[in-house]
Amino acid sequence: MQTRKTDSLSVLWRSFRLATWLGWQIESNWADPFLFAVYSLIKPLSSAAILVIMYSVITQADFESPIFPYIYLGNAFYMYVGHVMTGISWAVIDDREHYKTMKYIYTAPVHFPSYLLGRGVARFIIASISVLVTITFGVLFLKISIDPSQVNWGFFLLTLLTGVAMLALMGLTLAGVMLLLVHHMFGVGEAVAGALYLFSGAIFPLEVLPAYLRPIGFLMPITYWLELLRRLLVGKVASSFPTLQSFSNLQLYLILVTLTLLFAMLSFFVFRLCEKRAKELGLIDTVTNY
Amino acid sequence: MNFAIETNHLSRIYKIRNNKKGNAKELVALQDVSLEVHPGELFGLLGPNGAGKTTLIKILTTLLAPTSGTAFVCGYDVVKEAHKIRPIINMVSGGESSGYGLLTVRENLWMFAQFYGLSSKEANQRILQLLEVVGLADRINTKSSDLSTGLRQKMNIVRGFLTDPQVLFLDEPTLGLDVSASRDVRRFIRQWLDEHPERTILLTTHYMAEAEELCDRVAIINQGRVLACDTPASLKHRLQRQAIYHLEISQVNHHYSDDLKTIQGVREFVLRPRDGYTVLELILDRDETLAAVVNSLTENQGRIINLQKREPTLEDVFVDLVGKSMEDVERGNNGVNHSES
Repeated sequence: MQTRKTDSLSVLWRSFRLATWLGWQIESNWADPFLFAVYSLIKPLSSAAILVIMYSVITQADFESPIFPYIYLGNAFYMYVGHVMTGISWAVIDDREHYKTMKYIYTAPVHFPSYLLGRGVARFIIASISVLVTITFGVLFLKISIDPSQVNWGFFLLTLLTGVAMLALMGLTLAGVMLLLVHHMFGVGEAVAGALYLFSGAIFPLEVLPAYLRPIGFLMPITYWLELLRRLLVGKVASSFPTLQSFSNLQLYLILVTLTLLFAMLSFFVFRLCEKRAKELGLIDTVTNY
Repeated sequence: MNFAIETNHLSRIYKIRNNKKGNAKELVALQDVSLEVHPGELFGLLGPNGAGKTTLIKILTTLLAPTSGTAFVCGYDVVKEAHKIRPIINMVSGGESSGYGLLTVRENLWMFAQFYGLSSKEANQRILQLLEVVGLADRINTKSSDLSTGLRQKMNIVRGFLTDPQVLFLDEPTLGLDVSASRDVRRFIRQWLDEHPERTILLTTHYMAEAEELCDRVAIINQGRVLACDTPASLKHRLQRQAIYHLEISQVNHHYSDDLKTIQGVREFVLRPRDGYTVLELILDRDETLAAVVNSLTENQGRIINLQKREPTLEDVFVDLVGKSMEDVERGNNGVNHSES
């Protein structure tokens, strides 16, 4: 006799758990473990090296300036944006076009948003390795001054995870949009991550932007998240830029949580709306081989 | 009575934007389809490519919303109660190589079994059991990307049966399989239903023999409409008053087709050129009409190589209903009442 758990909570959990397992198999199994480990180290270091070289040329190697840790850490944590947000939405493309399994996943008793969020976990783990490697490299070789005894690690972890949850929810919105796109969906994730890079204060303070563009940055929870992560790691150096100077760490966190909650509601609403529309248009399992 | 599947005046229209001005063209994929499938039935949807079979399956499996009408699976509305339908159904589509290539056959199947809430122990037992039935047990630890298309298809068939669904949708399950593999799959489908008499299968196919061999009842569908629905025997019985002939004739001039249309008593015919000869399938109102057909053939400088009177098949039923063979419909032949290929 078969035993099946069908209550909604267990469906939600198993969708997330299995998608996490699947995502990890996909992300980690494309190469042998040694090659995968080398790739995981080299990729973030290469991206950091490009930034450092550009900075060095422009500032005549002024690594003492507070703008350097601002840029370096902002860029390091921004890796989460690309990995988590586009990772979740990429699952739609992967299942539809690459593995052609979308219709079987969708018609299974799966909680679809949980499934997509689960598919992003592997990318989160890979991003975490990249961020850790990049920051360690910065501390060891580029004079990024982080005093572990001064860091409130509990608050840092809480902020980090809140931000990752916020990015996952933004990824879910993007996944909903992907369901509606057919031919031009491959570049959407990267385009959105690229656009947010400009407006989130990742590599320069918002004052650098024209005044009419700044409100976009202030509406983005990523802006507050990056600022808080920088402050928690390097303290006053990060808060020496005027953009968010008037806010305390706690205030920044509360803004982050409020915006995350708003994005959560918006994400589920937009996702369900897109899913409904995709079903009406017959796009859920469309394979274009584009 | 609770039907396993029930549709009422179901229609589906696709809007296709086909030019830069954004004008949308409407494509009617399903039109006013009303069907009732009983629990325990192996019900076939027979029709050419583009007839609407897959669209119907997509609606019933909650992948696609209907434009109008209603559809129920095990009494649940496909639009409002999709979450209640999904745990009790499964589907398999033929002619595609779906599956996570980086996972082994066992891992692929285990994962899907888990999605349906089967315990790991039960899933592993069933995977082994079913893989043995379809002759794939020796590839259990092979990455699915290393399987041939046919073997991947077998893996997918196992995926469909693995969860022991109450209603199973098989969309052209033998498409792309070789003769021997198709036979194995057909035998397995029949065997599964014999062992689980309360389960229901909706099978779409454009292979007449497959529908005839497997299905308890068949709906013939073309251009989104159900043209007839009955047991294969009853459908063929409709043509029992007619005389059906299979002729192989020498090459004839192209006027012959026009001449056949003018002969009274020729109900339908299909001409198919083959290498060095032509096949003529005839449905006549009565045997006596054959003399006129032969005379016309002689007048067109043709001769008979082989002549056979035969029992009606579902192919004949289709020709009788549509006026063209299924092959011709798929090629987009626009002959009226008669067809040539």
